[in-house]
Amino acid sequence: MSRTLSAPVTVAFDYTRSTGPVLGRFLTGLREKRVVGVRTSEGRVVVPPPEFDPVTHQQVDDFVEVADTGTVTSWTWVPEPVKGQPLARPFAFALVTLDGADAPMVHALDVSSPDQVRTGMRVRIRWAEERVGAITDIACFEPAEDAAAGTATQLGDLGDNPVTGVITPVELDYLYAASPEESSFYRAIAEGRIIGQRCPTCGKVYVPPRSACPADGTPTTDEVELSHTGTVTTFCIVNVPFLGQRITPPYVSAYVLLDGADIAFLHLILDIPAEEVRMGMRVKAVWKPREEWGTTIENISHFSPTGEPDADYDTYKHHL
Amino acid sequence: MRDVAVVGFAQRQMEEFDGSPTCVELLVPLFAECYEQTGWTRRDIGFWCSGSSDYLAGRSFSFVQAVDAIGVIPPVNESHVEMDAAWALYEAWLKIQTGEVDTALVYGFGKSSAGVLRRTLSLQLDPYTMTPLWPDTVSLAGLQARAGIDAGLWDERAMAEVANRSLTDAEKNEYAIRKGGSSVEELLARPMYADPLRKHDCAPVTDGAAAIVLAAGDRAREVCDRPAWITGISHYVDPISMGTRDLTRSPSAARAAAAAGTEGVEVAELHAPFSHQELVLKRELGLADDVVVNPSGGALAGNPMFTGGLIRFGEAAKKVWQGDASRVLGHATSGPALQQNIVCTMEGRN
Repeated sequence: MSRTLSAPVTVAFDYTRSTGPVLGRFLTGLREKRVVGVRTSEGRVVVPPPEFDPVTHQQVDDFVEVADTGTVTSWTWVPEPVKGQPLARPFAFALVTLDGADAPMVHALDVSSPDQVRTGMRVRIRWAEERVGAITDIACFEPAEDAAAGTATQLGDLGDNPVTGVITPVELDYLYAASPEESSFYRAIAEGRIIGQRCPTCGKVYVPPRSACPADGTPTTDEVELSHTGTVTTFCIVNVPFLGQRITPPYVSAYVLLDGADIAFLHLILDIPAEEVRMGMRVKAVWKPREEWGTTIENISHFSPTGEPDADYDTYKHHL
Repeated sequence: MRDVAVVGFAQRQMEEFDGSPTCVELLVPLFAECYEQTGWTRRDIGFWCSGSSDYLAGRSFSFVQAVDAIGVIPPVNESHVEMDAAWALYEAWLKIQTGEVDTALVYGFGKSSAGVLRRTLSLQLDPYTMTPLWPDTVSLAGLQARAGIDAGLWDERAMAEVANRSLTDAEKNEYAIRKGGSSVEELLARPMYADPLRKHDCAPVTDGAAAIVLAAGDRAREVCDRPAWITGISHYVDPISMGTRDLTRSPSAARAAAAAGTEGVEVAELHAPFSHQELVLKRELGLADDVVVNPSGGALAGNPMFTGGLIRFGEAAKKVWQGDASRVLGHATSGPALQQNIVCTMEGRN
């Protein structure tokens, strides 16, 4: 048995960004199969265009259009592409100086082996069939040994539908491990037990257990089995619907201080109207049917009132 | 300027850390080592500063969770950088310069193996023109290596020489996760990976953590027989675009070295996650041929994200503590293809 429990986790977010006038022109151009660069104060044509001049730091305004053909100035083989790269099969990343430009840009080059790439080789943009105004409108470069040299020309009209924003989906995959202490907690939960750990320095009991006592930094070593009953220390009534919500509002999320623990943990309070939940209310864990248990806190469906008299404020005032 | 020295250092490096990416469990024994080296408790530390990233941890506010390893009752004076902890050390050094505190503990941590490191690092690039292509770290380093080869500045043999020396030196480093030199010929006979890079040209994906203790003046002398006094520390940054800078150079490294002052350096620990980058750095830092480079084995022997640089500082400081050297240099890098660089020089005094 591994020391820790782990599970795959994917963190994903679509980043939405405004482009501004410079990158907006560049991305609008790509959508129209045109490559927009800028002439800097030193007279160099740079693609993609920098927003500010690298020497004078003034906003750039001398836009030019360069060719969709160019020359490889450096390259590297990508034997094991990662998710999201322009090609899913092995390919080359290359620095390509487009005809009419003086600085190279990074993009993929579609060749089937490193033998087919060399510095100085001629390449051409392969445009994506569907273009939206993003760097990925360039699907990749492809060899074009016979391509004639192109030049830079002053940028003409790009139409009246400029790109003003980009959406970049980002997705990262992890194998997320629980700490050894959290792993013990989840393994116990899978057996219907709730365990915490006691700090040997200050004597506080943490549930779920942590690798070190946050008060004094001492590793928590002594395992403590905890009661399934406790006291509501504080709570909130959830009235706002949100994506993925499983219970119809209003309902109550509360901090429950299990008897014998020094840290309250968050769970649901059900089986009672939301407006009747109160600080000091005594509650007990309601477990799902055993066949539904796993290594998850969701084995406890919710907490439910025990019907005991409310706890004295003094019993939980240090745990708020 | 106040005299500030490195007086404590602890590290862990491993291929795969079997634990939570918050790394609390790794940090507790590191802090304990630092307390043992100095005879201090956590209450003697005036300022705490960490380097880590949520992108590596796969969760938000992972550095806050790591604070558990300190113990924060009573509250502590604490900060964080989303960079290698070498930059956290810079912040701590500044904090001590302000006179507000006399001591600091700097730490970094990261579980690179939880995700696909070379892919995750694409998120540090330009979000409009680079990140959507997911140019991985190894590919960007490959473009840089090829640029130098094409320009005749180095060749595959020179890169293999760096790797062979590093892996040979790493045999004496108990923390190295890749070690064992052979010969340049043997390394060159190995297959290409990301042409022009072979696997030994690339730092291994490494999990780990490290901590360094800084102290000013008498506080340093009280706890260390031969403190590694910081004589210069400086950092600079180059443009992030791969197309508008000469990839065979690193002006930011050169400026940092000039500002820190490298004269008389005997030992340099350079944070070069790819073999050719050591060659770039040696040139930019103006290191003479007789300077001993990376006696620890360097990043090619182990490169935990967010401490690969801080460990270079610690390894260099150790040379002063042990009396092996009088003037040493630690360097750290961040960003694609040596974009950001920090240089710290230290000396022993008799």
